[in-house]
Amino acid sequence: MLRISPAPHITSKVSTPKIMWSVVAALMPAFIYAVHIFGERVILLTLLSILSAMGSEYVFQKLTKREIRISDGSAVITGILLAFNISPESPWWLPVAGSAFAIFVVKQIFGGIGYNIFNPALAGRAFLTASWPSLMAGNWAPPASGTLSGLPTQAIDGIAQATPLTLLKVNPTESIAQSLNSTYMLKALFIGKVGGCIGETSALLLLIGAFYLFFKKYADWKISLGYIGSVFVFSGILYYLGKTPVIPLFHILSGGVMLGGLFMATDMVTSPVTVKGRWIFGVAGGIICVLIRVWGGYPEGVSYSILIMNMFVPLLDRISEKKIFGR
Amino acid sequence: MSLLTFKGGIHPTCCKEFSKDSKIKIIEPPDFIYLYLSQHTGIPSKPVLEKGAEVEIGQKVAKAAGKLSVGLHSPVNGTYMGTVMYPHPLGGMKEAIRIQVNKENSTPFKEKERAKISNIPKQKLINIIKDNGIVGMGGAAFPTYFKLQVPSSKKIKDLIINGVECEPFLTSDYRLMMEKCEEVMKGVDIVRRIINPENVWIAIEANKLDAFEVMKSTSSLFPWANFALLKTKYPQGSEKQLIDAITGRKVPEGGLPFDVNAYVQNVGTAFAIYEAVYLGKPLFERVVTVTGNVRHQSNFLVPIGTPFEYLIKLTEGPIGKISKIINGGPLMGIAQSQISSCVVKGTSGIVVQNETETLKKEPSPCIRCAACVDCCPMNLLPTEMYKHIEMNRLEKAKEMGVLSCMECGSCSYACPANIPLTQQFKIAKSRITKKVN
Repeated sequence: MLRISPAPHITSKVSTPKIMWSVVAALMPAFIYAVHIFGERVILLTLLSILSAMGSEYVFQKLTKREIRISDGSAVITGILLAFNISPESPWWLPVAGSAFAIFVVKQIFGGIGYNIFNPALAGRAFLTASWPSLMAGNWAPPASGTLSGLPTQAIDGIAQATPLTLLKVNPTESIAQSLNSTYMLKALFIGKVGGCIGETSALLLLIGAFYLFFKKYADWKISLGYIGSVFVFSGILYYLGKTPVIPLFHILSGGVMLGGLFMATDMVTSPVTVKGRWIFGVAGGIICVLIRVWGGYPEGVSYSILIMNMFVPLLDRISEKKIFGR
Repeated sequence: MSLLTFKGGIHPTCCKEFSKDSKIKIIEPPDFIYLYLSQHTGIPSKPVLEKGAEVEIGQKVAKAAGKLSVGLHSPVNGTYMGTVMYPHPLGGMKEAIRIQVNKENSTPFKEKERAKISNIPKQKLINIIKDNGIVGMGGAAFPTYFKLQVPSSKKIKDLIINGVECEPFLTSDYRLMMEKCEEVMKGVDIVRRIINPENVWIAIEANKLDAFEVMKSTSSLFPWANFALLKTKYPQGSEKQLIDAITGRKVPEGGLPFDVNAYVQNVGTAFAIYEAVYLGKPLFERVVTVTGNVRHQSNFLVPIGTPFEYLIKLTEGPIGKISKIINGGPLMGIAQSQISSCVVKGTSGIVVQNETETLKKEPSPCIRCAACVDCCPMNLLPTEMYKHIEMNRLEKAKEMGVLSCMECGSCSYACPANIPLTQQFKIAKSRITKKVN
């Protein structure tokens, strides 16, 4: 018996699980480093987050009698990214609640993989921020052999109690701005000798993971460059105009710009499919992030900027349709 | 040197090394030959013989029937056995002339050599090409005489000879260029004389650098030829993409190459034209690559009408169990329901696949990775079109250019979720055109 099927008769070796598990691998350098600087609790929180994400997916798919797809790796990514977005001091149930919300409400109710409008991990983080603001914004710990603010403790009195971005929001004096703009500070941010969420500390390690994905074409560098580049340029303009006391380099290295711009904005499902759409998505997201940081009520604007842009994806796809060959 | 190319496309493993060094081998004909009356675009040929008649090699056994049609010629000495219904490589059972091969009397074709062609008028050349049953040998099998009659309102600026052979596995055009470069070029010369272009381009993909050099070595004899090396990428050999790569001009939607003053002809066709004009030899045999999961992947000079089964046996058989037999390359070729399908004028290769290669991959939801969007050589949005067709919004799919889809298979190849995009577009296209009619 010969098998008959329509052409093509060969396919590439890339598959959805392969892409997803590669993203998981790309997040590992930052994860291992987080364990190193924040301690074993990071393992517990991340594992609970992953288990909650996969468990929620399993339960939902079982209840709705759908195919069980928990092994495709996408729930694992959500679990890791959600854990990356909380403090290493969080209670154990926080990532469990966040991942469950991300999978149940944000991903599965919208139709599961491929159909969700919002990035599940980011929406999960937004849910946690709205529900337990104090746990999400004031429950930090300094990294091993470093300080929470990234500055030497003796530098300025008391400031070791806040993350760099909180410092900037709450008390943007000239001397603080000066220390935030210092090479010492920028180096601390780049390498990851500063407090904050589990996964956003080391810009360097996030970049290493992301470059692997760019190389494999499992993430589009255009979104990342658009996002981080526009944070840089737009914050640079505002710095020049005196609207923000810190230099653009501080803006792109601090907080979640790297994590968001490299790993969350590039989420395939929730970003446009056209090249032009992706550029607009990234650039507009970066601008919104800076707007929130400079004029908004929160110290950080990454998650909301990406969530807002997620809503525009269908529109961006529509207005950026490609020119058909020969039309 | 920067290589010419188009935007988009895919990079499948080329797999040409299996058969690339196998020289074109002349084979013993099988016991029976089956010539399908329909093996070209247009009206099927009409048998001209009485059952039981003796036929000679090269003899016309069916004539052209209508405006767009060509005849068929016997590739062997034998007995005309009438017509039977036989599995056609493009699908279904089709009427075919059956010839019993006379094994005792296997004389070769008597060539009628013609030394000079410069004094033959254009129309006569076209008639020779028609009489000898020549069709496009890159796969489409469009009657060449018809294509050569370019409307007088269209001046051809660029004649492109397609030696790209971008489908993985296939090496028939490659071998032809390696072994018959001068003959191919003489065929090109004939096409050049008929359509009178400003430039002649011999287009070859960069993974066949040796063939490029061999073809280029003829340039002292054919000073009018330009040699273009193209980037190795699928579907580089597609007519529209090739014209774009070389001339930068894009064939308009729904248009033909001559709308942008270009004309493309395959190297295999050029060789067949050479044989017809210089040797008086009709198109009754062709080079076929038999490759994939067989013991000795080979390039055979095959009598048209030879069953696939016979050719697979000549390679000393498949390794393990045959699961799929493809007429053509793995990206656009057609899977055979019967091993008894026979070679047609458009069969450039036969690819045999085993069970592990043909495991069915279940589709999963689209993750919007845009691999299909990035690789579509026609610059369409396959994933979006697919969703519209799924929702039965054919109008919208048409607006998005589904009719421009040439079914090259790139999107389905690239899709990590195994969504049958190409198949969906094929169905949608036929539904749309049926609605129009």
